[in-house]
This record gives sequence, structure tokens and C-alpha cells, in this order.
Amino acid sequence: MPVPEVAGRFTGSVNRLTLGATKDDGGTRTSTVTVGGARNVVYGGSAADAGKKPVIAMDVLDSKPDNWSDVLLEPYKDVLDSPGDWAKKCIEEFGAELICIKFDGIHPDKNDRDATHAVKVTEEVLKAVGVPLILWGCGNDEKDNQVMPKVSGAAKGEKCLIGTVTEDNYKSLTAIALADGHHLITEAPLDINIGKQINILASDMGFPLERIVTFQDTGALGYGIEYSYSIQERQRIAALTGDKMMAMPAICDVGYESWRAKEAKQTEIPEWGPAEKRGPMWETATAICLLQAGADIIRMRHPKAVTTVKNFINQVLKTE
Amino acid sequence: MILIAERINGMFTDVKHAIADKDKKVIQELAKKQTDAGAAYLDVNVGTAAADQEGTMQWLVETIQETCSTPLCLDSQKPAVIAAGLKVINAQNGVILNSTPLNRKSDEEILDKYIEMANQAGPKASIIALTMDKNGVPQDINTRVAIAAEIVSKAMEKGFDTQRLFIDTIVLPVKVPDAQIQPSNILSAMDQIKYMSDPAPHMTIGLSNLSQGASERSLINRVFLAMAISRGLNSAIADVFDQDLMNIVATAEMLMNKQIYSDSFLKVYSSA
Repeated sequence: MPVPEVAGRFTGSVNRLTLGATKDDGGTRTSTVTVGGARNVVYGGSAADAGKKPVIAMDVLDSKPDNWSDVLLEPYKDVLDSPGDWAKKCIEEFGAELICIKFDGIHPDKNDRDATHAVKVTEEVLKAVGVPLILWGCGNDEKDNQVMPKVSGAAKGEKCLIGTVTEDNYKSLTAIALADGHHLITEAPLDINIGKQINILASDMGFPLERIVTFQDTGALGYGIEYSYSIQERQRIAALTGDKMMAMPAICDVGYESWRAKEAKQTEIPEWGPAEKRGPMWETATAICLLQAGADIIRMRHPKAVTTVKNFINQVLKTE
Repeated sequence: MILIAERINGMFTDVKHAIADKDKKVIQELAKKQTDAGAAYLDVNVGTAAADQEGTMQWLVETIQETCSTPLCLDSQKPAVIAAGLKVINAQNGVILNSTPLNRKSDEEILDKYIEMANQAGPKASIIALTMDKNGVPQDINTRVAIAAEIVSKAMEKGFDTQRLFIDTIVLPVKVPDAQIQPSNILSAMDQIKYMSDPAPHMTIGLSNLSQGASERSLINRVFLAMAISRGLNSAIADVFDQDLMNIVATAEMLMNKQIYSDSFLKVYSSA
């Protein structure tokens, strides 16, 4: 008796999006990265329907982090003051496919650095590495609106992924990203309805839907990962059933969220096992879970976790 | 929701005159406006406007496709008229053959012929099959369901994908004496038809027929459409210019969890 074909078929697909502009395309990147394209759920259908391989973006902070655990600081100890060297290390030693500059240092409650600093960091990283960049604000609306347009301008034409825009604060960054030829990250607070709405709002400003990547605030293992999982899954199914407002590739912030967990960063509880293994494992588990929900880009921090997750993507995940 | 726009029909005076005068502009404008209003398909019905139904169907198809790429729904009870339309159509984006009963006294094999024509028209060609047979339109729930089951099994037997099959449960004017039981019978039939295959066959209705001759026509159409969507209806031949009707489609589909809610859900709704 033949095995019945039970795989679901869908009419829609996740948009394909290429990050980075090479010389031929008016930029200075030496490589580009294409994400998206899935025509089925993760592991559903044939490999041809699985879309592009998910990619890992490693975080580089604009300023030396002040609250990272020693385990996480260790691999970067010689480059923490130099975003350019930091980025280079992520690419050359740790195998990152994208660099995400996270401008934590501009936050008024942290270092309150200005636009000049942020632009300098952007230029430094652009020079140091040839991969496409993600430029990610600090999350303070007022400060992001001041600084991120300058950052965008400094990387004009490089087809970076810039963000984030939210339902309450999207106009200036959307306009700037459009003018500077970048792609846009729309953010929602683990809420599929707001996620859809912010895409509509950006689209209403003339921003092409095919150039948007969605970000739903990520929940790490033990800290709401089930919400992240089901929302990613639901977004994928909406894309596959033809909802154009939900057909974007998705990015998850696994590095930051995983390393907030006490189970990852706590070093003084020996019965939990060695901290230098526990933290990367926490990050790995979070990443692998969200990859299976359909995430296209994963932001990560610890090189050991990156290695394991890359192996998972290459050997276990079905991709085209 | 797969909305099939109803206006290119010789029963409407403007279309009737356009056919008589070979006035392309009227037809092409209707095609564009209905597309802009959210139609997934444009119904094309010669009506009683012309003696040469086959020639008129061809003229309408060619006229529309000169300026519009929205797929068409060729609407005739006569296979020869549909066949004439298919001869000149570009069915690359799809086409619906509308419609065939299960069988007819004069033609036991009519459903087979429509399936055959659809197969020849390409992989995106669908058919609308009416829950009606040689004994006419059934009045009760069970006969409707039984006919639908025969249609679905015939399609499966022929290897015709049930995703290319629209079952039309035939809406009759509610104002006709003794017909008032029919709308609820149709809804009950839909409850069963949606389980006949997996994935389910599409279900469609010629909505405007419901309010034929009645007062408060739009209201009757709108309310019934919402009720039917709640029972699994996923297509209708309807007046896409009725903005309230379109808003009801968007809202009903959102309430049935077919579309993810967003504050702009009315604005971004698109038929398909």
C-alpha cells in the first residue's frame, strides 16, 4: 500500500529578501545574504519548498557592554573597545553571516552617546567587514529618531537592515530607510495583530512590503519562548495562505534574550553545572527552537552557540 | 473569499446596450472597476442580449482581455457558449466554467463535459457545479447534499482536483412563495458539503438572486453572506461595488479567523 501524501500544500510564500549591496549594486559589501522564500512550514513539503537557509547575525555593540556575564565577555575580551575588530572577529573566527550593530550605547540611560559616535562605529564596521549589516537602535524612541537617521545615512546604498520601527514610532525611520535604500525591521510586542498593523503602516508610507523583515519581541527558553514559537508559526502559515501583510521573513533576538536568563548568566550556583557550558546551551536551545518555528534570521552572541546552531542549520534543518 | 464580480451580464441594461452597440469601453470600464473593487474573477454572462450567444461570449472575452488580466468566469448553461469563450480566452491566470448541473435529462454526461473542457483550458481552470440534477433544483437539505456528494466523487474519480471545484448550492429568491425555508436549508447543506473532501471543495453562491424582487435587497444579501461565511462559504458571485458588502466579507472572514486581525483590517482585505 502506498504511503499517502499528507504534506499540506500552500499557494503563498515568504518573501525573498537580499541584504547587502556589492560594488555592482552601488554598495561596498563583498557578499550578500538572501533570506526567506519558504513555500511550506518548517520540515513540510520538499526541500525545494523550504526556502533559503536561515542565517546567523552576530551582535556587535557600539560601546563596551556593562552587564554581560564573564562567560559571554571572554571570547571578545580583546575587541570590546573596537567595534570594527569585534565584527571582524565574528566573521573570521566565529562564522557569522551578518553583523548586527546594536546601538545600546546611545541609550540615555546607558552611555547616552551621540550621533557622531554612532556614525563613526558604523563606518568602522563597514570598513572592517564585507558582509551585510543590521543597524539596530537602542529602543528609546526619541534618541533613535535623533541618531538612527544619521546612522542610516552613513551606510546609504549598502542595503542594510535597519530598525526597529513600532506602531507608535515608525514615521521618521521608515522614511529615512526608504530614502537611503535600506530594508526595514518592523517590531511588535509578541502580538500578531500589531505585527500586521505595523507592516500596513510602513506600507502606507510607500515602503515596499518585500523589503520588510518582521521582529516580534523574542522570548527565550523559560521566558516565554512558547509565545515566540506560536507567533512565528502563525505568521508563517498566514504567509503561506496568501496574507501579503504577513509574508515577510522574520528575525529573532536570541542572543540578548537568552543571556538575560539567570539560568544562562548565573555563575555562582555550581549544582546548575559549569556556567561556561550552560550559557551557550541556553542560547543554542532558544535558537534551535525558534528556527523550527520558522525564523529566518537569528541574532546571536556566544561563538560556541553559533557553532552548534550553524551545525544544526546545515545538517538537520531542511533547506533548499 | 473568492469574489466573482457579477456586473458583466447581459441582464444589466448598460451591458445589454454595450453588446448591441459593440461598445467596448463600457465593458472594459466595468472590468477595471470591478477588479479595483476587489474581484478575484469577473463573471461574463451574455444574458439574453444577443441572438448569437457564442459570438457575443467571444466578443466579451476578447474585449475584457484587451485591457484587463483578471481571470474570467464564463457563465452560461450552454456548454457550446462556454466552449466558444474558451476558444479565444487567455486562461493563464485561471478561468472558471460556470456552471453545470450533475446531469440533465437531455445530457446525462454534462458534468463530464465541463470537467473535460476545464482540463483542456489548463491547470488553473475550475468549474462551478450546481447542486441540481435532471429532476431540477432540490428543495430539501438531503437531496442537495446527495447531489453535491455525487459531484465531488465524480470529480475525484476523474482525477479532477477538488480545489478546482466550486459547489453552488443554488440560492433562490426568498420572495417566491414557499421559498423562505431555502436559505436555512442551504446553510445546513453547506455544513455537510464542507466535509466532503480534504481540502474541501470551494462553495459558492449567486448571492444577488436571493433578493430578486424583494425590498431591502442589499441588506438581505449582506446578512445572508455573513451567515453563509460562518458556515464555510468561501466564494460568491456578488456585487463588488457594494462597499458595505465588501466590509462584511472582510469582517466575517476576520471573525472566522481566516484573516489575522489588524486595526486596518478593512483596508487591507483583498479577495482571493
